[in-house]
Amino acid sequence: MELTYTPKQNAFRAEVRAWLAANLPREPLASYDTREGFEQHRAWEAKLFESRWSMVMWPAELGGRGCDLIEWLIFEEEYYGAGAPMRVNQNGQLLLGPTLMEFGTPEQKQRFLPRMAASLDMWAQGWSEPNAGSDMAAITSKATLDGDHYVINGQKTWSTRATFADWLFGLFRSEPGSSRHHGLSFVMVPLNAPGVSIRPIKALNGKDAFAEVFFDDVRVPVANRIGAEGQGWHVAMATAGFERGLLLRSPARFQYTARKLVELYKANRDSADRDPGLRDAVLDTWMGAEAYALSAYHTVGRLSRGEQIGAESSINKIIWSELDLKMHETAMRILGAGAELLPDADTDTDAAGWLEGFLFAQAGPIYAGTNEIQRNIIAERMLGLPK
Amino acid sequence: MDFTFTDDQLTFREAISRFLMTEAAPEMLREIWETDVGRSPDLRHKIAAQGLTALSVPEAEGGLGMDDVAWALMTQELGYYAIPDSLADTAYVATGLLASLATDHPARSSLLPRIAEGTLRLAINHPVNSLVSDAQLAEVLILIDGDDIHVVPRSQVDVQPRTSIDASRRLGRVTWNPTPATCVASGAAGHALQARLLDRGALSVAGQLLGLAQRMLDLSVDYVAQRKQFGKPIGSFQAVKHHLADVARQIEQAKPVLYRAAHGLAQGDSNASVWVSQARLACCEASWIAARKGIQVHGAMGYTWEVDLQMFMKRAWALDASWGDRGFHKTRVSDYLFADGARLGPGHTFEE
Repeated sequence: MELTYTPKQNAFRAEVRAWLAANLPREPLASYDTREGFEQHRAWEAKLFESRWSMVMWPAELGGRGCDLIEWLIFEEEYYGAGAPMRVNQNGQLLLGPTLMEFGTPEQKQRFLPRMAASLDMWAQGWSEPNAGSDMAAITSKATLDGDHYVINGQKTWSTRATFADWLFGLFRSEPGSSRHHGLSFVMVPLNAPGVSIRPIKALNGKDAFAEVFFDDVRVPVANRIGAEGQGWHVAMATAGFERGLLLRSPARFQYTARKLVELYKANRDSADRDPGLRDAVLDTWMGAEAYALSAYHTVGRLSRGEQIGAESSINKIIWSELDLKMHETAMRILGAGAELLPDADTDTDAAGWLEGFLFAQAGPIYAGTNEIQRNIIAERMLGLPK
Repeated sequence: MDFTFTDDQLTFREAISRFLMTEAAPEMLREIWETDVGRSPDLRHKIAAQGLTALSVPEAEGGLGMDDVAWALMTQELGYYAIPDSLADTAYVATGLLASLATDHPARSSLLPRIAEGTLRLAINHPVNSLVSDAQLAEVLILIDGDDIHVVPRSQVDVQPRTSIDASRRLGRVTWNPTPATCVASGAAGHALQARLLDRGALSVAGQLLGLAQRMLDLSVDYVAQRKQFGKPIGSFQAVKHHLADVARQIEQAKPVLYRAAHGLAQGDSNASVWVSQARLACCEASWIAARKGIQVHGAMGYTWEVDLQMFMKRAWALDASWGDRGFHKTRVSDYLFADGARLGPGHTFEE
């Protein structure tokens, strides 16, 4: 156990910090759930990519820096600590990216990964369907083989920012008559293909945060399939756990929120202390964010020693989503009567930021596998309880 | 930056676990509960024979010179098996204090070798605890008077016993008259030693609570896997699964907090006290929830004297406020968190 950074790690931190200080947008970007904000975030991603900061763990030939997991944690700490913009292409970069690296052909990797790193292609995910949510193996959207193409028919939903994205990846039933997790294939579909139609779904914040995607005889080359025909479930699951658990939501963004919550409490102490529960909630969530950070370093260390991480990813997901919710609930309670005010009202923008975060935090325990599903996974795979 | 244990440390833990699994089965624990003294001389001899009393004694004084990080693992095992013996008080907390005295200090040179041999039991009275654990049984007591620290023979103190819900605890109220003859440290030095004594005591309890939480979870998992209702093991029902998943989550969340605190103590980091308090709070929460969910999934059986769960629950409840209650530890963390100029947020986690 050695809990100090090496000189090289410290130098890396300093380099990230200096670059961010010189390059961070001066004005906050518009919400990436709007067309305008989405393109602003894409431009920011392009800037990150130019200086090889967009995918620090990817190899140099893909525009990355070949960083190890500790350097990635350091990058994330500096990035979120500086209040830098949310990462708009994470579904591609963190969910599809590792899948392509593991299962993609050399041609697929060459074609998709550099453009993904640069956010020239923006990706939406196509897992859920109206009748396949937590029960994802109930997927019915079809990919029917026709020569060297698949013909795709069906519907996906809850596709984050699909309204603005360029591509969608997801699971489709390619073996007629198959059921459950058999006979599915993992396919990438350009969203401008004929037969694709997209209906935005307004989220709680009134913005087009996700969408339904309809496929009507959409022709996609078989070369767009990742992994073997009918092996889509295996391909999707193989890389799901770690990314979902840790990469997608690194501790730094929650530590940043925890720090802001401490500041909010201190700035409103007189009114906040009328409710004795608030100070305790601030303390508790700050410790929760620190615990999550410590857990990330511990996990990363174990991974570096060759250990495998399994159902612990589900624990991480519960930790960060519940933590985020509790921090924002606490902020709302500290803000009191001012908490309900929208950003366009003549109010303190900081308060509006908490409201926006509060709304988004409601989704945390639901997306990326509901926390109920995560608890099932923990109970069955970690504790060995019967199905 | 490497937040993991060495292979040696993990092997050490496994060896301890194997030893205690054989020597400290729940049946033995029940037998000891029934005795007046509440301690098994046989178990104590075996513990000493394994060298466990010598873990923290410096090598020059016949020990193994292991640090707080090793004790973060060791105390979890002591908790997991609910060892009815104040081994950690003597071999870790008191030893840490004695090993901080000057090498030629008579208290140090006379007591440390005996701790290493396993022939001496110490009890500690820190002001944060109103009662002293094992005061009646100890040969020597470490007592605090203001900034002064005294090492006092049992014959010079009066002990009034109190009974705990945890039948393996032996608590007593200690009254005594300080004399210069027994004082081993005073003033600023005494104050600093007391602070470290408290941190080690609190860390020791944190580790035991985490081990207790894991044991209560394991007992509960075993129970719900075999208990059938509606024709199925009750562990197949989601309501039951989710209770136990929540326990697993609290345990996993507390582990690295405990390890960072132990490492901070071993390194003498300036924030170590804050980290110890964080560890205490995280481990208290894990054990408290493990007890509550544990009894819930055991159903009516959990409310009985017969089921082993009760012994681990009672230890967890008893230790919850030992070496500082939650209010004490929350205050220490709050004082740090809400201080002007506190360096918080991403990137400051490992800062000293």
